[in-house]
Amino acid sequence: MPQRTNIIYEYDGSFEGFLCCVFESFEKKELPCDIIPQTQEQMTLAPVREITTDRKKAARVYRSIERKMSVSARELIELSFLTCLPQKERDMLDFFYLGYHYGRQVMNRLTDPTVDRLLKGVKHLTNEAHLTKEFLRFSTRNGMLVAKIGPKNNVLSLIKDHFATRFPNETFLIYDCKHHLAFLHTPRQSGIIPVEDIELEQIDEEERHYQRLWKLFYRTIAIRERYNPRCRMSHMPKRYWEYMTEFQEEEPASPQMETIASPITPPPLEMQNSAPKPKIE
Amino acid sequence: MTVFDKLKILTDSAKYDVACTSSGSDRTMGKNLPGMGSAVSCGICHSFSADGRCISLLKVLMTNYCEYDCQYCVNRHSNDTPRAAFTPRELADLTINFYKRNYIEGLFLSSGVIKNPDYTCERMIRCVEILRNEYHFYGYIHAKAIPGADEALLQRLGFLVDRMSVNIELPSQKSLTKLCPNKSKQAILKPMGLLTNRIRENKAEIVQYRHAPKFVPAGQSTQMIIGATPETDYQILNLTEGLYKKYSLKRVFFSAYIPVADNPLLPSIHTKPPLLREHRLYQADWLLRFYGFEAKELLDEEHQSFHPLIDPKCNWAINHMELFPVEVNKASYEMLLRVPGIGVTSAKRILQARKAGSLDYEGLKKIGVVLKRAQYFITCKGKLAEGLKIREDNLLMSLVSEKGISLLTRQMLDQSYEQLSLFPSGKLSEEDVRQCLKEPI
Repeated sequence: MPQRTNIIYEYDGSFEGFLCCVFESFEKKELPCDIIPQTQEQMTLAPVREITTDRKKAARVYRSIERKMSVSARELIELSFLTCLPQKERDMLDFFYLGYHYGRQVMNRLTDPTVDRLLKGVKHLTNEAHLTKEFLRFSTRNGMLVAKIGPKNNVLSLIKDHFATRFPNETFLIYDCKHHLAFLHTPRQSGIIPVEDIELEQIDEEERHYQRLWKLFYRTIAIRERYNPRCRMSHMPKRYWEYMTEFQEEEPASPQMETIASPITPPPLEMQNSAPKPKIE
Repeated sequence: MTVFDKLKILTDSAKYDVACTSSGSDRTMGKNLPGMGSAVSCGICHSFSADGRCISLLKVLMTNYCEYDCQYCVNRHSNDTPRAAFTPRELADLTINFYKRNYIEGLFLSSGVIKNPDYTCERMIRCVEILRNEYHFYGYIHAKAIPGADEALLQRLGFLVDRMSVNIELPSQKSLTKLCPNKSKQAILKPMGLLTNRIRENKAEIVQYRHAPKFVPAGQSTQMIIGATPETDYQILNLTEGLYKKYSLKRVFFSAYIPVADNPLLPSIHTKPPLLREHRLYQADWLLRFYGFEAKELLDEEHQSFHPLIDPKCNWAINHMELFPVEVNKASYEMLLRVPGIGVTSAKRILQARKAGSLDYEGLKKIGVVLKRAQYFITCKGKLAEGLKIREDNLLMSLVSEKGISLLTRQMLDQSYEQLSLFPSGKLSEEDVRQCLKEPI
């Protein structure tokens, strides 16, 4: 059995970095009392050990999941990392201990508190990803489709393919203002990039025309005799409303272009959540 | 007339149509093709209107001019209401621009009958052709089959869209003759049967030739109005089951009648739409499609209406107490599905969790079983839930939700909520239930 310690592991915030924390824990036969990403401010007297990210170690741990547990266990771990569960890294480390012990049976242990928490967290994540596909709204700004979202979990990597296959020939940007990430797609290439606050450009007359039509449709389709705000709210929680066209105040349209988020040259693909965030200005 | 006026009029006249689902088709566009769009098999709702109904498709009529004079319909010929018509291109442009902004999953196209059924159908085809062939739109399209239109036209439309539906309108021939002078059961069932056969043939074609064009890949649905005519739940549910079996429909939708006209043939203009009844029918519909129930298990000649206070599955369970309690750690999937408080997801999870060890009540809670209801029907490792006393007479009472009780009080007994005073003896007797059922909901 690994020894409980009061050490805190600190890693670079990447998935590889986290896998290296797992490596460290197994190598030292110790259980850290917490695992935190560097960016997180921590007020603590406990000793902090910085875990450096080593791709080789990470790859070893990664390969072991499928071999010793199962494909679905690997998926659970990958998805758990995108959730907003508090102290998810600790639960994920516990899951490794369970998984190596029980093998592929670990995924059937639905009543185990660790497995249960991770499954619920992942369900929250995938639900939110689905709701984001539903409620995300694009608006054309300077010839580009732009959508702003504010999800609790890091859903961007779960929704990007849906939109990339749906609008392969469009240029669009999905901006996650809570995680400071954006997915940029052009007909030629696409990828997730870290961004600082983006200010949206103003909409033009044509965009305003369609926004008005949509609001008109939204208001008209409801049947007054069946008015049921609670039912609406349970299907479409209020926190999504602020990003949805049908609930927004009309934006002023202006032919004048104030270039703010231009011109972005898409960086080479993929890898979310990685280290420093360049400011796009 | 501006496009705003048209959209308003033609949305207003389409809103009573129920089906707004975008499920059943799975499609992505090929690489390096022009156009846009995809379809996801589970369907995507893009918004919810103030009545809590899902908005998935741009649901409008091509036109609300109508030759027919169906009494329950807002668009009936004799109704004095503003009329409008989209041109096929107007509607196609609107669809593309809404779709691009992720407002909708596609188009739900229906129409009043203008000139004659063939002409109407041709206009719809024109609009869909612009979308599919000119704009290369791969999103979801649901089209209404216009009864009476030529078979060849229906076929052409079927190869362009994902789903088609023929509205059965009312649950019996008698009501249909009374309220829709221009429609007959035959005229409705003919296109429905045609679609069913063509869908079956197409399935075989696709097996034989992988690239054979797909005919209505998301299948066929229908809807009927509830509460405008005197049919009972029993008759409606049997009809529903028949439609699923005989016509292999994907969905049957129910629509609570909302009074649109003051007509001696129809319920009074002040009638509230029978929403609870509609809800119970949907619950039963789910039981037919996913829970392995048959219509005759849920209702019969003596019990023609659903229980107003408890759902159809609970009602079935209390009438079959001899089958309960079931041992959660041993019961089959089919039996677990019949336990109130256990749904499809939790039944599957129970089977999965049993592989890793036996379950207790705490575990069931984690899995997602609604113990509040399930506890009366199960044992865990041979034990009933702690502190549980089952008495036949209070079982029904315990299963009725607070909401159900307040509903009953509000709607039937016109007195404030007081559980005990509701049923003087503290129990709900057969007599009370029957009394409940007599009253309109």
